[in-house]
Amino acid sequence: MLSFIVKRVGQSVLVLLVTGLVAFSMFTFVGDPIDNMLGQERTMEDVERLRAQLGLDKPFVVQYFRFLEQAAQGNFGISYRQGRPVAEILMERAPATLELAAVSGVLAIVMGIGLGVFTAIRRNGVAANLIMSISLIGVSLPTFLIGILLIYLFSVELGWLPSFGRGETVHIGGWSTGFLTESGLKALILPAITLGLYQMTLIMRLVRSEMLEVLRQDYIRFARARGLGDRVVNFRHALKNTMVPVITVIGLQLGSIIAFAIITETVFQWPGVGLLFINAIQFVDIPVMAAYLMLISVMFVAINLLVDILYAMIDPRLRAAS
Amino acid sequence: MTEPVLSIRNLTVEIPTRRGLFKPVQGVSYDIRPGEIRGVVGESGAGKSMTGNAVIGLLDPPARVSEGEIWLNGRRIDQLDAEQKRRIRGGEIAMIFQDPLTSLNPLFTVGEQLVETIQLHLGLSSSEAQSRAIALLDRVRIPNPEERFHQYPHQFSGGMRQRVVIALALCSEPSVIVADEPTTALDVSIQAQVLDLIKELARERQVGVILVTHDMGVIADTTDEVTVMYEGRVVEQGTTSQILGAPTHEYTKSLIAAVPRPQVKLHRFPQVSYGGRETAFKIEDLARNWDRSTASKSGTLVEVKGLTKRFLAKGAILPSQRSYFTAVDDVSFDIKDGEVFGLVGESGSGKSTVARMLATLYPVDGGTVTFDGEEVTGMDAKQLSAYRKQIQMIFQDPFSSLNPRMSVGDIVAEPLVHHKLLSRAEIGPRVRELLDRVGLASDAYRKYPHEFSGGQRQRISIARALATQPRFLICDEPTSALDVSIQAQILNILKDLQEHLGLTMLFISHDLPVVRQMCDRVGVMRQGKLVEVQETSALFEAPKSDYTRELLDLMPRLEQLSEEQIAELRT
Amino acid sequence: MNRFLDSDVFYAFRTSPVAIVSLIVTVLMVLAAVFAPLIATTNPFDPASLNLMNGFTAPMEPNAFTGESFFLGTDDQGRDVFSTILYGLRISLFVGVAAVMLAMVIGIFLGLLSGYVGGWTETIIMRAADVQLTFPSILVAMLIFGVAKGVTPVEYRDQMAIWVLILAIGLSDWVQFARVVRGATLVEKSKDYVAAARLIGRSPLTIMIRHILPNVLSPVLVIATISLALAIIAEATLSFLGVGAPATQPSLGTLIRIGQGFLFSGEWWILLFPACTLLVLALAVNLLGDWLRDALNPRLR
Repeated sequence: MLSFIVKRVGQSVLVLLVTGLVAFSMFTFVGDPIDNMLGQERTMEDVERLRAQLGLDKPFVVQYFRFLEQAAQGNFGISYRQGRPVAEILMERAPATLELAAVSGVLAIVMGIGLGVFTAIRRNGVAANLIMSISLIGVSLPTFLIGILLIYLFSVELGWLPSFGRGETVHIGGWSTGFLTESGLKALILPAITLGLYQMTLIMRLVRSEMLEVLRQDYIRFARARGLGDRVVNFRHALKNTMVPVITVIGLQLGSIIAFAIITETVFQWPGVGLLFINAIQFVDIPVMAAYLMLISVMFVAINLLVDILYAMIDPRLRAAS
Repeated sequence: MTEPVLSIRNLTVEIPTRRGLFKPVQGVSYDIRPGEIRGVVGESGAGKSMTGNAVIGLLDPPARVSEGEIWLNGRRIDQLDAEQKRRIRGGEIAMIFQDPLTSLNPLFTVGEQLVETIQLHLGLSSSEAQSRAIALLDRVRIPNPEERFHQYPHQFSGGMRQRVVIALALCSEPSVIVADEPTTALDVSIQAQVLDLIKELARERQVGVILVTHDMGVIADTTDEVTVMYEGRVVEQGTTSQILGAPTHEYTKSLIAAVPRPQVKLHRFPQVSYGGRETAFKIEDLARNWDRSTASKSGTLVEVKGLTKRFLAKGAILPSQRSYFTAVDDVSFDIKDGEVFGLVGESGSGKSTVARMLATLYPVDGGTVTFDGEEVTGMDAKQLSAYRKQIQMIFQDPFSSLNPRMSVGDIVAEPLVHHKLLSRAEIGPRVRELLDRVGLASDAYRKYPHEFSGGQRQRISIARALATQPRFLICDEPTSALDVSIQAQILNILKDLQEHLGLTMLFISHDLPVVRQMCDRVGVMRQGKLVEVQETSALFEAPKSDYTRELLDLMPRLEQLSEEQIAELRT
Repeated sequence: MNRFLDSDVFYAFRTSPVAIVSLIVTVLMVLAAVFAPLIATTNPFDPASLNLMNGFTAPMEPNAFTGESFFLGTDDQGRDVFSTILYGLRISLFVGVAAVMLAMVIGIFLGLLSGYVGGWTETIIMRAADVQLTFPSILVAMLIFGVAKGVTPVEYRDQMAIWVLILAIGLSDWVQFARVVRGATLVEKSKDYVAAARLIGRSPLTIMIRHILPNVLSPVLVIATISLALAIIAEATLSFLGVGAPATQPSLGTLIRIGQGFLFSGEWWILLFPACTLLVLALAVNLLGDWLRDALNPRLR
């Protein structure tokens, strides 16, 4: 167990180093940072001085480690576009994205697992087949279309919910939350559904197929042959075995929620890091892109690590392997 | 005579398929009395498992019971609804599946699974259920039951798991147990223990057992009554001694005759002629064009010295942290020109690994292999190619040894194409000839492997192996995946290869009677080591090592076979 | 051919109305995209054929100024929506198919290699795949797009956009193929027909291509179909976000991006028709992929 976790932590560090390399390469090879930082009026002296100051005259590896060192301290430089420290901008924007992601994540996991189990157990039922058919439309419907559809229906036609923004927010420490005001909660509903729906269909379809696979196993047949009832077989024996592979994928899905937030945030003009990132791409604002990349890779890695630990807790074969 | 606990009357199972209604079981009737073991025997597709599944109410849809009745303790059970069937299942009727590795839920401890089942059927408190579970584990002879109770299935060996499965089946104190090939996945020594346990428990608890098997040896050792099935129908039933000693139906007769005997070596394997399954082959016709000029100088074709193979058991970055498992440990033997040399042993004994090292499929970790005076282990690419032309291999699983996406013609032609032995125009006729000689119809050339049965596929493998006119043939359990009737044909082809073409063979098997029939000399392997090497008859009559003696003792025999029958077989 | 007509897969196809309909829809859309110049009433990107006066004409209604009528209406610049959809479909499908092909070629190659060769080759390839898999493909595609945009000179950006899109989506999607192919290769490699081929003396390359590849193609086909739907959606998403096909070469996603602006002012057709086309296309391909997966995996039946 311990060696498994150590291995996973090692892998996570590797992931971070690689993303760091990608982010750093973006700085180095995409556009000249000197060009970006100094204006038109510059002397060769300025350039040389800045070059030395930024360590750009050092070998690549040295520069890379300096970059990592800076990144670890939360220093990603200054946004080309806004002229403010990237870390500051990110911190300002992060709560919006995290709140949105958390609500849709919970929605996707709870509904996804529930519906997945339901459709697997009632695999030939009318309701289950209906849900499966609808889910296929859900998978085929791009997130942004779902968003537009919801806005049209609930904001434009019915006028019940706001079509953009976060509503009023309350600041607690450095964190701005929309959970505590009515307009904040109202504003959260449509984006959360938009973001969660697609992930939910994916999780549901995955849970269903994994569970059907488990239900075909010999030990399930043997459990039935011992006379165990449907409920015990389905929810005790089958569900636990289903969760082993599902948990890994759910971890990945949670990661994609943060990434897919980019789309939802664009549709709803939600002031989160996703919107920031998409604007950064449009204007080739490299420091923001790099910082975003590093930030979410840290999040992904943390989620995946948690998932791995959970995984090892469920499966005795992994526990015993050490 | 006591009343039967279970009666099956005129049972028919049907499966609607795209090509019409298929009836895997037709009009089957038999009874089980308390404490009695009824063997249901037949080849694959005979409908024997399907009958068992119908009894326990676990037919996979769309299969369904279309006719007949099933009576349990005087009550008709085939028409009960799903809930009532579930109560009987695991209560009055219990089941044991073939593969103990997949029968237990990997995420629950053995104890949890036992307690759950005991509580369901007997309504005991959890502490009562626990002590009962431990008692059951003890009864099926699992050492340290208190400790084992808290362990997970993956911590048990195959044989131990099958004991746990038996304990689970006993939880509810059933009156009937359906055991579907309960020992097929186990080694001979473990098989004997598990069968003894089933026999003992049936007597002790007065449980009726339906033992579904394809193995006549298991029938002879274990059962009281036998039902012989062929293509969904019962062809004959009666007491075990009656069926084995004096079968009346043609199919039963030929089936029993086809079982290889350890007692006596016959020139040919008796084949099952019933139902037109026999296909002619003409290996002797190949002899005319066979190049036999390359007899080895010394009379010894293959020499193996100190052969060793280690597999990585636990990987690690630091070499010092890695641990290895020695699959083959310092094995030495030699094979004479034209001889069939057998290697026997249980699973994991390393016999297949030896075969794969000789075939250059695994690199050798220690020792040498010498072929016709030349050391194989140090050969360069060109010499290796020449070596490979002279050796070929027949594999165990006929379903995986042929590429499903290649036509049979292409499969057999591949060695010829690769070694550029014939011109393009000559290859076709040569392949057709080979296919014809091993007994396949002429249209086989254009067909694909999935259109053939297991036995036919094994013939295709043989044709492919013969394409390069090899001198040395490695047969790795060539018939263990086949039914008895098919096995006899394939083994007879192999015998012809030795007789008419003078092929030298390494014959690997776990089946001692088959080895007795096939081999001139035999080596016995255990845990990677070669225990003894002897002439076949000497090995069977006067084994030198304790291990060989033990194996011979455990070998299932058809004891009922009389001297006259043996004499009859000889002719 | 007869073998195919008699096969279980074809039988399953014949008896599945969903599969037949979705195949027909997919084929019709592909044909419409290929022959767009012949079917479209106007070339929406030829300034000469446009009349700004025709702007915002509702479907099937005559324009207030010119009296011209358009099947699906016109957009703000007087472009015929039906024609823009056909040309948009062309770009969407082209990008989708090309990206999947790219992903497939890379994925099959690396998957076969890592599965068959093993050792360090496998470790490196699969670790790289793991790292990439940590990030959702749409994000990877955005990053690649962003970087590519950064390194292309401004004047070429619009021209290169389509190729950059293909590269971005293709590179973000190879992992799926590589993992599936590697898994299938490991299974096939342990089968005895591979041992038989090695024993004959076949080279690893021959074994990989002639023996293993044909046997791992059916899962690849399933992944390819599902990936095509995903790639089409990914392209639409990127274009919708403004980091994909430019307005001068609009794909369905770009059209939806343009149309979104007019939804609230009442010109619903500019958004609705491209959106429906995208949905129908993605749905048809998805249904086909879903059906294929069930049909090629007999255990599920």
